[in-house]
Amino acid sequence: MASKDNVFVVLSLSGGNDGLNTVIPYTNGLYRDYRPTLGIPADQVIPLNDTLGLNPTMAPLKQFWDAGKLAIFLGIGYPHPSYSHFRSMDIWHTCEPVKVGTEGWLGQAMKAIDPQAENVLTGVNYGRGLPRALAKEGVPVASVGNLDTYGLLTGIEGQDQRMQALDVFAKMYGPTIGRDYALSYIRRTGTDALKGADILATAPSKYTSKVTYSNTSVGQYMKNIAQTHLANFGTRILYTTSPYNGFDTHANEAAAHAKLWADVSETVTTFFDDLRDHQASDNVTLFMFSEFGRRISDNGSGTDHGAASVAFAVGEHVKGGLYGEYPSLEPSKQEEGGNLKYSMDFRSVYSTILEDWLGLAPEPIVGGNFERVRFLH
Amino acid sequence: MANQEDIALMEHLLRRAGFGASRAQIEAKAAQGYNTAVEELLDPTAQPALEEDIVLRYNPVYNHSANIQTNVQQWVYSMINNPRQLQEKMSLFWHMIFCAGHSKIDSGEEMVRMIGMFREHGMGNFRDLLMRLSTSPAMMYYLDNTESHKVAVNENYGRELLELFSLGVGRDEAFNYTEDDVKACARAFTGWNNAPAYPPFPHGRSPWEFRYDPADHDESEKTFLGETGRWNGEDIVNLICKQPATARFLSRHLYNFFVADEVPVPSWRQTPPKDLAAIKAMEKAYFDSGYDIKAMLRVLLTSDFFKAPSVRYARVKNPAEMVVSILRMTGDHCGEVKPGLFDISEEPKFMGMDLMNPPTVEGWHTGHEWIDSGTLVERINFAAEYLGRTDLPGVQDMIDRLMARGQSLSAEAFVEGCSDMVGCLNMSEDTRRELVTYAQRGGALRHGTAAERAEFTRRCSEMFQMLAATGEFQFC
Repeated sequence: MASKDNVFVVLSLSGGNDGLNTVIPYTNGLYRDYRPTLGIPADQVIPLNDTLGLNPTMAPLKQFWDAGKLAIFLGIGYPHPSYSHFRSMDIWHTCEPVKVGTEGWLGQAMKAIDPQAENVLTGVNYGRGLPRALAKEGVPVASVGNLDTYGLLTGIEGQDQRMQALDVFAKMYGPTIGRDYALSYIRRTGTDALKGADILATAPSKYTSKVTYSNTSVGQYMKNIAQTHLANFGTRILYTTSPYNGFDTHANEAAAHAKLWADVSETVTTFFDDLRDHQASDNVTLFMFSEFGRRISDNGSGTDHGAASVAFAVGEHVKGGLYGEYPSLEPSKQEEGGNLKYSMDFRSVYSTILEDWLGLAPEPIVGGNFERVRFLH
Repeated sequence: MANQEDIALMEHLLRRAGFGASRAQIEAKAAQGYNTAVEELLDPTAQPALEEDIVLRYNPVYNHSANIQTNVQQWVYSMINNPRQLQEKMSLFWHMIFCAGHSKIDSGEEMVRMIGMFREHGMGNFRDLLMRLSTSPAMMYYLDNTESHKVAVNENYGRELLELFSLGVGRDEAFNYTEDDVKACARAFTGWNNAPAYPPFPHGRSPWEFRYDPADHDESEKTFLGETGRWNGEDIVNLICKQPATARFLSRHLYNFFVADEVPVPSWRQTPPKDLAAIKAMEKAYFDSGYDIKAMLRVLLTSDFFKAPSVRYARVKNPAEMVVSILRMTGDHCGEVKPGLFDISEEPKFMGMDLMNPPTVEGWHTGHEWIDSGTLVERINFAAEYLGRTDLPGVQDMIDRLMARGQSLSAEAFVEGCSDMVGCLNMSEDTRRELVTYAQRGGALRHGTAAERAEFTRRCSEMFQMLAATGEFQFC
């Protein structure tokens, strides 16, 4: 049966999600003033309380809210915000807002969870190329573009030929004693990669499900995450990113943003339905964030890069509710440049996840002692 | 007719001083002789320039594009197709040292301008190159010199110029400069700024422009590396260039990039060079020629320390080398502009080298640090996919050459021949043994009848793929 170690899943919303049109201050007159084109009419918002409500396309997430399993982090960000996608995402990945960091917070978490890298699948990323959040020297992470075809030498035609080739591969990468350092290192890495791929490849065939994920990249990768979790490989960190810069809604935001959140909301629901059907949701917490929010004023069609935004946690052990304070829209209280000023440091949320969910000391990973946001029980 | 060793040496030269070549090109160059090939590489104007107008005709979007992926594509196209291969390789060399990244610059056009500057001047005079770097609007912005003022000095560029771009922290265990030198350097570069940007509307973005503001320059006296004067930035560049530390730093970088993987740059103060005599030879060329980079390259490429069998395959291919050399070997995207380049230009990123966007100003960690379990899968699968495609002209040509080696090949000769074709001559005994066993399992290797030829072709592509999957193939 499943090891009951807690599992942490991240869905990164790449591009800068418009927090103001995600969790909407629908009774605030300033919101109406700043969003003449893109403002969501109050009667369409899904109210959470008398002042805040969800974007209408997020209806599927409301059931988590009603069940007390959706935590919403308001005004999340960090000091001296960067408006560059790459830089800001790096800051979220490495917890280094001033100097440039190269080690990811989850890479460090994996190192702490499995210092000897005994399980090559402690962390798995879905999508090609490793997000820096997962990067740490000596920490093997599988980065999977397509789970159904993932593996080494996938270009070899014919199942038998490929099996033979992989057999030779294993033998070629076996001997590592007494060689020069670089080749030994590469062979050890190749052996890890093969081991990881071999194990991962069994996930789809072990999997049966009653649900159908949407046929989008987010839907399919979240399905892969469910498959990996349900296969009991001992994976603790699962990560995926929505299509690159998809949330970068400079233009035509009304249609695009609605579509993105409809997909994410539906997928999150499907994902938890799937895990619950398999009695495997109890040890999973999902976190969703974006590198920044967007400008308070719309530009007539979309919104430009901004600062503070919202983030979400969903799970059986999440204490539902609103955390932090919604940033003020008053001109005098805005971040320079017409943006929302952060009221909660993302490293507070990270610290809580590390401490309360993964059982790790957060300080060395996030680089300091940040006030905890006790949203887990 | 070139012999095996001539071919192996030419392959080594073209892998290091360029992005590799097809087997046919390697043999043709080997027949002309090593020194001819070196001189051709060193004299880019002897080769036709890349026909950029053709690229722009097919991809009008490349022209002045702000988008970063478009500009990376343009560069990758150039790596594959520029006949002036050493010049192209030097643009990558300088990009890996003079790091500036799109993450901050946020303009593909400025990034491609900077790469163009490296391409055009990267084999010229080092003093000239440092001046161009110090007046590059992208670099001034990237390292915050635009925020450095007479009354409020920002030391970022001043420091990195010394630490990462010229002197290095130290050598022979000593330090090359002090914190006071950093401060003096930064003060000398106050006023080196960019002109205010034009608003992008209605004509779109305009190129950035460097502008020196004498009113914002700290004219007071400064002591830098023991010399006192009212130094301005140009004086600092002159003082830097005459330092033995600069010659050492450049020589070690050239050695690391062209000859053999060195320890990481931050360890250079305490760790002596792998080959001190080689470094000294390049240092001498640097001073004898008045800081001419090409003179250093000539010493490097013609020296025994470069040709020695012991340094062949002593470097881990960086991702750009891996991707581009496979395309040049197999002949895909060579001499033609066609769809699919976008996906190819994303590959180095999947392998850990996001071109035009190095992780920090310190650049990428090279050598075995290119490899992790994710990037290794990407490297192997990319190389194996292309080498398995018998429709590609380079692959077909390698198979034809193998057929020409005899009516029937033994498993040993077959493995030997295939590894020779894909330029994997560093195979260890245990790898060779596994591949020979694998080849034996398939039975006789003949190509008399049409059916035998089809099977021979299939088995060649299979063996090429296995070779691409070896640990040894990760080296160049």
